[in-house]
Amino acid sequence: MNMINLLLFPIIIPFFTAILLLFFKEQVRIQRVLTVIGLSAGIAAALSLVYKVKQDGIQSITLGSWPAPFGITLVSDMLSALLVTTTLIITLIIVIYSFSSIGRERERFFYYPAILFMITGVNGAFTTGDIFNMFVFFEVLLIASYLLIVLGGEKRQLRESIKYILVNVISSAFFVITIAYLYSVVGTLNMADIGDKIASIGQPPILSVIGVLMMLVFGIKAGIFPLYFWMPGSYAAPPVPILALFGALLTKVGVYAIMRIDTLFFVSDLGFTHTILLVLALLTIAAGCIGALAYFDLKQIIIYNILIAIGVILFGVAQMNEPGMQGAIFYLLHDMLIKGALFLLIGIIIYVTGTSNLREMGGLIKTHPSLGWMYLVAAFGLAGIPPLSGFVGKLLIVQGGFEHGRLFSTIVILASSLVVLLSVIRIFVYAFWGEPKVLRPSDRSIYRRMMFPAVLLVALSVAYGVGTEWIYPYISDAAHVLLNPDSYITAVLKE
Amino acid sequence: MKTNDVILQTTTKVVFFIIFLFSIHIFFAGHYTPGGGFVGGLLTTGAIVLLLLAFDLKTVQKALPFNFTIMTAIGLLLALGTAAGAIFFNVPFFTHAFDYFTLPLFGETSLHTAIIFDAGVFLVVVGSAITIIQSIGGDS
Repeated sequence: MNMINLLLFPIIIPFFTAILLLFFKEQVRIQRVLTVIGLSAGIAAALSLVYKVKQDGIQSITLGSWPAPFGITLVSDMLSALLVTTTLIITLIIVIYSFSSIGRERERFFYYPAILFMITGVNGAFTTGDIFNMFVFFEVLLIASYLLIVLGGEKRQLRESIKYILVNVISSAFFVITIAYLYSVVGTLNMADIGDKIASIGQPPILSVIGVLMMLVFGIKAGIFPLYFWMPGSYAAPPVPILALFGALLTKVGVYAIMRIDTLFFVSDLGFTHTILLVLALLTIAAGCIGALAYFDLKQIIIYNILIAIGVILFGVAQMNEPGMQGAIFYLLHDMLIKGALFLLIGIIIYVTGTSNLREMGGLIKTHPSLGWMYLVAAFGLAGIPPLSGFVGKLLIVQGGFEHGRLFSTIVILASSLVVLLSVIRIFVYAFWGEPKVLRPSDRSIYRRMMFPAVLLVALSVAYGVGTEWIYPYISDAAHVLLNPDSYITAVLKE
Repeated sequence: MKTNDVILQTTTKVVFFIIFLFSIHIFFAGHYTPGGGFVGGLLTTGAIVLLLLAFDLKTVQKALPFNFTIMTAIGLLLALGTAAGAIFFNVPFFTHAFDYFTLPLFGETSLHTAIIFDAGVFLVVVGSAITIIQSIGGDS
């Protein structure tokens, strides 16, 4: 059977599993088993989708058998297929981590359905080819994330969820307004059709204004420089597995959206839109570096590292040349894996020491050597030490920057790596070296069960770095579509 | 002093069925005239809310012994199932089918799978709205 609906499976399977889980509110064991089965099936579908896109090129389908610009089109090019696969893999690992760390009280109140609904939204946003449908999928993932951030009802969670919801409601309203402006100018919602129409009218100033508005909307979701203010507080409130999901996935959806619209829609006035993007990316890196060095709190240090990574990725996108774009995609996937791994590892450190304050811990390498070495590998991977995963992406981004002749700003990128390394090694030095502190009693078997998924994720990121040669053709395909929007438009509109 | 709600409760017993029938009418009218699953569901919710106002929460739960969370889940399953049915015929997701049937009593009728999707929307709207009202009203 020729599966024309294959690209929908990574969206439908988590959705279907989430609905099934609603029937088993109290049976935590059934929920866990179903979640793992559903996510594994989703990963299988996503991997075969990657294979299919590699073989046959961009997959697109217009729902309800309507012709292309009139129905909702879902498009899976290599970038979205890779992102969907990474999302499902990270979610499965974090779900396994939650078994031993989230606690039965949260599991009984729709924890797993909320995760699966959120993944439905994330995968939908990565796959959709319709700008309003993207808004709807953003809401799906945001509403599920509202539940996840407040679940448990601690005082801090309640306070931070109000901020989080307020910021996101405002940015969603901006999103709708921006789509309304765009619709009144080009008269269509299909992204390929919008790209086609904008190319034919040559981006008059009103479209540059809309481009900046879009950057504002997705900048709030992604946390770029002046719009990241909500992130450090809100992300630190929920428990670690939820923090890992948010840090690894949610901001990256905003980054993906910026990548997509800045390569498909607003490509006729690069001097304006992409210079803004470049400056914002550099300022984001600066803000992230300051925050990463300023705190003695594990969670805050890693949260500010999210900002740095987003800056680096957007810097690569702003170059609009081949190495820059490839580097951005490479770094995007790397950052999802490594941020997930780091959050899981600091979650274990917090579990073992009972605090997230660096000053109150020390000497963990004596009692928990495997945790220490895993953390060190992940930290080196984050900073981009050559055999590990962060290296190739940043190398390509730097190459793209130099090819574009941006000497100073590219040196800023290189310097930011040093700050990243310093900030995460500081955790290593404070937590693992020095005099051992008295640890609160913790369960060794729970510790081992928490280590397993964390080690799995670190191993995946190492494999991603070591297997660059093998992954490179996929990244190259993804960058090719971004740099040649005509291939995307042709695949959807079938001209 | 015990209040006596006899007028309110008697009127409610009549009006409830009128509102409920109207919501069913709106639900089925959706394809050709204004209406559909969403307003139909809200009207049914409105009818149940009137019951809640006239009687108390326990009485209504006894009269309508449904788990409204499960109702939401069933609604989602119906909607997803209708859309996913297209996968088995290898046509794009969400492709609907319709045909004309000659039913006893109704005569020639056009039946469309969109009505099953709408029924899903109806159940989700009723289920989630009543869940909200019950969980806010249930605590005091």
